[in-house]
Amino acid sequence: MQVNNNFEPVIVAFCCNWCSYAGADLSGTNRLNYPTNVKIIRVPCSCRVNPMFILRAFQKGADGVIICGCHPGDCHYTSGNYYTRRRITLLYSMLDFLGIERNRTRLEWVSAAEGAKFAATMQQFTEDVRKLGPNRRLEDLRCRKQ
Amino acid sequence: MQRIGVFVCHCGTNIAATVDVKAVAEALSHEPGVVISQDYQYMCSESGQNLVKDAIKEHKLSGVVICSCSPRMHENTFRKAAASAGLNPYLVEIANIREQCSWIHKDIATATDKAIILGKAAVAKVHLNAPLTAGESPVVKRALVIGGGIAGIQTALDIADAGFDVDIVEKKPTIGGKMAQIDKTFPTLDCSACILTPKMVEASQNEHITIHSYSEVSDVKGFIGNFTVTIKKKARYVDEVKCTGCGACMEKCPMKKVPNEFNEGLNNRTAIYIPFAQAVPKVAAIDPNYCLMLKNGKCGVCSKVCTAGAIDYKQQDKFIEQKYGAIVVATGYNVINLDKYDEFAYNQCPDVVTSLELERLMNAAGPNGGTLLRPSDKTHPHTIVFVQCVGSRCDDEKGKPYCSKICCMYTAKHAMLIREKYPDTEVYVFYIDVRTPGKNFDEFYRRAVEQYNVHYIKGMVGKVTPKADGKIDVQASDLLANEQLHINADMVVLAAAIEPDKSARPLATMLTTQMDTNDFFTEAHPKLRPVESATAGIFLSGACQGPKDIPETVAQASAAAAKAIGLLVKNSITCNPCVAHSDELLCNGCSSCEKVCPYGAITYQDKEFRMPDRTTAIRRVASVNPAVCQGCGACTVACPSGAMDLNGFSNSQIMAEVDAICK
Amino acid sequence: MNKNLKEQVLRSSGVNVLKCMRCGKCSGTCPSYDEMEYHPHQFVYMVEKGDIETLMKSDSIYKCLTCFACVERCPRGVEPAKVVEAVRLATVRQQGNNHLSPVQIPDMLDDDLPQQAIVTAFRKYAK
Repeated sequence: MQVNNNFEPVIVAFCCNWCSYAGADLSGTNRLNYPTNVKIIRVPCSCRVNPMFILRAFQKGADGVIICGCHPGDCHYTSGNYYTRRRITLLYSMLDFLGIERNRTRLEWVSAAEGAKFAATMQQFTEDVRKLGPNRRLEDLRCRKQ
Repeated sequence: MQRIGVFVCHCGTNIAATVDVKAVAEALSHEPGVVISQDYQYMCSESGQNLVKDAIKEHKLSGVVICSCSPRMHENTFRKAAASAGLNPYLVEIANIREQCSWIHKDIATATDKAIILGKAAVAKVHLNAPLTAGESPVVKRALVIGGGIAGIQTALDIADAGFDVDIVEKKPTIGGKMAQIDKTFPTLDCSACILTPKMVEASQNEHITIHSYSEVSDVKGFIGNFTVTIKKKARYVDEVKCTGCGACMEKCPMKKVPNEFNEGLNNRTAIYIPFAQAVPKVAAIDPNYCLMLKNGKCGVCSKVCTAGAIDYKQQDKFIEQKYGAIVVATGYNVINLDKYDEFAYNQCPDVVTSLELERLMNAAGPNGGTLLRPSDKTHPHTIVFVQCVGSRCDDEKGKPYCSKICCMYTAKHAMLIREKYPDTEVYVFYIDVRTPGKNFDEFYRRAVEQYNVHYIKGMVGKVTPKADGKIDVQASDLLANEQLHINADMVVLAAAIEPDKSARPLATMLTTQMDTNDFFTEAHPKLRPVESATAGIFLSGACQGPKDIPETVAQASAAAAKAIGLLVKNSITCNPCVAHSDELLCNGCSSCEKVCPYGAITYQDKEFRMPDRTTAIRRVASVNPAVCQGCGACTVACPSGAMDLNGFSNSQIMAEVDAICK
Repeated sequence: MNKNLKEQVLRSSGVNVLKCMRCGKCSGTCPSYDEMEYHPHQFVYMVEKGDIETLMKSDSIYKCLTCFACVERCPRGVEPAKVVEAVRLATVRQQGNNHLSPVQIPDMLDDDLPQQAIVTAFRKYAK
């Protein structure tokens, strides 16, 4: 398979307000670089991320979606990240069914203190998605960029 | 049609150095609905805020997007600015182009592109923002303190001092807790009872304080400012009002072989008992497990001798319901069970005791009237070995992984007191580390070594063997001398780890507060909010949050009281308006949302609906209590019919952001 | 300090010596303490430092009864007896360094000789 070196993946990151969004802010405060491909959407808790949002992103042309939440046991809302974990596990089997590579979706735990982890995770994820190439399976051609 | 204003901040050069702010403002000005798009040096400055306020008025804006630093930094600033200009504060959205763009990227072209996309996402979201009004919920001016130890007493006294009513719920027949059992306190060596009992009396006499002794919390409903708590008053078979605390019943009770919990089981009490002389309330209680009348229906001596006629064998548990604005948890600690530590022979030899038992043995009100005697043969011990860290700092299932914090100091205290009173006694302390952080703490420990000649040995006791002659062989290592010691001891004192009270876990479930793996309550922030739990309106006091000595407990108790008072002085509290709400027409009453809600904010109600065919039908629909909902959004995803949505982070808003980013 | 040797001892014992909090309960409980030149807590500490050759030369490795009292009572779950055993094994494995080379093995094969014996001998007598 040919790897298109000019391919710049579109990556949507859902970050929970209390841990991961703060972690993302921290990586900014520490000037830790990660690719511009990642665009962050703030949600109150990772459990706010409806799997539908992820499918919508793929439909609209995203090449990768990453969900970041508090570490297990640290959720601001006690148990939200556990729900996320289960939902994403179920989503994986649906993505398998649809033929979308599992590696395009990732769930990561990033605490508010882990700016370096956030940057490293985003870098790694962007590289992984870049290797996978553009997402064509679920992309709605009507939404294709001109 | 929306009229949206976009304001792009330079943040000095923080943003402007890597993002072409003029290009961002220009690009966003072409977005649908945007009527004004400006850039400015410092948006958060007063003149920057005025820019926003003026634009709101001048252009009659229906939404504002600020492209600046993280919303965690200045969202509130701009919301307030919008509100002062007459725009609903929840119609303001922030695009984070500093922390999440200019500071992490170096290339101006790509960073500018990203900033534009982030700005577009915020514009797309603000299109769908709805004006939200923060609701208000009234505050019941009454506090509940769970636990009547020194932490609970201090919290209650402080809250009562501020003029609010407080109830103390204590599961034992008297308040006082562990501090009442302690003989002397470190590092000043003043008498524990002498400083505690006046406070107990003060609590009982304070007109604002109601003490529910021999009671437990059996149910908690509600939310900050408006908790409804059911308190179970256990049957004590004695009328609290009539009993004068004279103690005649205790003298005559024929059942005299009940282990005395107050003296850690070192002597016996009667089946009807007042725990100790200074008990508050000084009211007897009958132990139903031992009382002959309650067990076999034969006896009734106490009711005959009671001149006040307070004995009531038919008393039942009573449940009382009360409303509270704030709840303070002060459930305290216990010493761990040492059954699994065979090597210390705690269960085999009565002369191997825990430190709390030693505390009673040395106490003037204790089983020996203050003379230190071996429990087995009531002789004077001449060699006493103290073992530190029994069950603390353990990485196995037998013990606790944490340091119990108080043991080093009380062991130094015990060693010192014994050497002071009985100079012919040799005292050995086996330690791993001596931890004495605290005012005058290390000086105190050094005094034990230098002035009182207590033998501190670095090493651990490996085996304690009771011998036939009544002595105890203590086998231990002396790491500094690199040798193994055998000490022929008369008594061994174990500094057993402390753990949260067993009642704390079910209580945490009732209160929906968080606990760590050791069952200590988790504070809202380990540094900055140490006395609040993550659940609003619930505060933490004393050792239920972590091991603490008395001064720390009292400090935290007063801090928790201050926080509770801060809540109780308010007539109402502003709620977070970003909460879930259900569309009753879509809701099918499946209860999925109710099950995932960590706060119990969702209830089901039967409501009457006008159906399309002009009939009325009763349908079961979800309803969210906005004062309880914290806005996590778990229910919105669980809802199969899409009836649940979250204010401020609605499905359509997040989808719009997704679309804007992917476009 | 012999890094390979330390690695070998850590791997064959499966013990994380860093968990030790230096309380000395292992040595306090050891029944053959007085027989040993190096005591259980020293084994753990010296393995952590990588000073394993000293332990291998000492008779202490044969004085340990492997009674597991230290394993049972260690509050941190360090399992000192397994460290002693691993040092003992390191000594056994090094006896007559490269006494046996793989070339010699074919000649030693014999229908009656269990394969396992060769493997064991190889383990014991080859480096």
